[in-house]
Amino acid sequence: MHNRWWSWGFRSAVMLYFVLLIVFPICGIYGQSLSAGWAAFFDNISEPLAWNAVLLTVKLAVFATIINILVGTMSAWVLIRYRFPGRRLLNSLVDLPFALPTAVAGLMVLLLLGPRSFVGELAERLGFTILFHEPAIVIAMVFVTFPFVIRAVQPLLEEMDASEEEAAYTLGATKAKTFWRVVLPNMLPGILSGAMLAFSRALAEFGAVVLVAGNIPGKTLIASVYIFGEIESDNVGGATAVSVLLLTLSLLILWSVNYVQMRRKGV
Amino acid sequence: MRRLWIGCTVVVFTLLLIIPVVRIAMGAWNEGWSGFAGGMTRPETGHALFMTGLIVVIVTLINTVFGVMLSLYLVRATWLGRKLKQLLNSIVDLPFAVSPVIGGLMIVLLLGPDTAIGALLGRAGVDIVYALPGMVIATLFVTFPLIVREVMPVLQEIGSSQEEAAATLGASAWTTFWRVTWPSIRWSVVYGVVLTVARAMGEFGAVLVVSGNIINKTQTATTLVYQDVENFNLTAANAVALVLAAGSVALLLFMEWAKSRKEVH
Repeated sequence: MHNRWWSWGFRSAVMLYFVLLIVFPICGIYGQSLSAGWAAFFDNISEPLAWNAVLLTVKLAVFATIINILVGTMSAWVLIRYRFPGRRLLNSLVDLPFALPTAVAGLMVLLLLGPRSFVGELAERLGFTILFHEPAIVIAMVFVTFPFVIRAVQPLLEEMDASEEEAAYTLGATKAKTFWRVVLPNMLPGILSGAMLAFSRALAEFGAVVLVAGNIPGKTLIASVYIFGEIESDNVGGATAVSVLLLTLSLLILWSVNYVQMRRKGV
Repeated sequence: MRRLWIGCTVVVFTLLLIIPVVRIAMGAWNEGWSGFAGGMTRPETGHALFMTGLIVVIVTLINTVFGVMLSLYLVRATWLGRKLKQLLNSIVDLPFAVSPVIGGLMIVLLLGPDTAIGALLGRAGVDIVYALPGMVIATLFVTFPLIVREVMPVLQEIGSSQEEAAATLGASAWTTFWRVTWPSIRWSVVYGVVLTVARAMGEFGAVLVVSGNIINKTQTATTLVYQDVENFNLTAANAVALVLAAGSVALLLFMEWAKSRKEVH
């Protein structure tokens, strides 16, 4: 009898914690954005600066994701398939962006690309600036999302049956052909789910970007920084409307990743 | 071909990961030892590091307990329907999808001084927003999925037959957990805890919104770095960032070690 009370208590405590901490706030933000009615909501999201910020974020996140797909797939391939001195070190360095505070990551980009740095001077001489412009935002996003694709592709490459590749070679396929027809299709699910996670993280990124973006409205102001600005200037309506827009986008991505992974386990 | 690919990867890693860390370290010593010491010995630096440490400890304790229990329920519980479990399972990931700024905004909206709950607690003398409790809640929210995501796959993998055997032999739920389940999930919990510590230490967006970044009161190490950069005090920012980066690298090394333990069980 005693025991049953205990387990009932534990269950309700855990479920209550879960609902209060995760579910309640997210419902709260949707509720709040509509609290002043649909008209006010549409008013807030049709603000051109808000749209600009969201579109800019999506555009730059797409760039960052494409870079990550290319670089990440290559790195995963090299780290799994080749043996060379320093491989273990590089492999453990992959997780560094996850372990490093994002504000520190932003500071790093700031220092490396600033006007007084080597890269900054070089770019200046070539006639363009990186810091406080779009390239700096993309670089910050790439840094923060770097591990996703690598960590999603690596297990697939490790699991892959060597006999498939050997069969392709035996049948006379060239190295390039084997890669495109046999290896790449095997890596593709990992690349896709890694890319989607990287994309949603890039959409949400704040800490690394806020320091390097310059945050000029309509030019380098991304969505999360826009939300922060609205909070600072006490415009809760504008902040929640853009939050809902960004949140819905990320939720769709998250659930499609889950769906893809579940289907893969299913078959 | 092979040389080329390895070379490319090494170059990418050097440019993207190694040089930035080295640059932070160099930046902190820009003005020599005195610059670094000057940045570190300010009273606000000490206070900010203390706040970060405090939040890390509280958040890690709470989320470890609740995270392990929730994973147990989501994998083992018979009192939850299959559909409900699936739904809860996909909700666990939500904090990953939420921008930290939005996470902070949620807490301000629900518990801020203008809301019913916030006003009630405020009258009782408990401040949530712009004070420690709000910062802890924000960090709890952001780090919630980390432990659950590490522990659940292991629980699924080991199956429940050993636990059932223990229960049949008359062990209580408590004994079964500590003697049978815990030894096999131990290293995944450790790994999840390390991730939680890293994330709690580095959380910036959510904490910045909730804390109001009040110097010597609610300022954490990451928001101090932000403020120093905004004030063009780069040497001091570098000094604090170097401490944080050293912490992350230490955690990373520990993570590698935990990972190798996790693989052998």
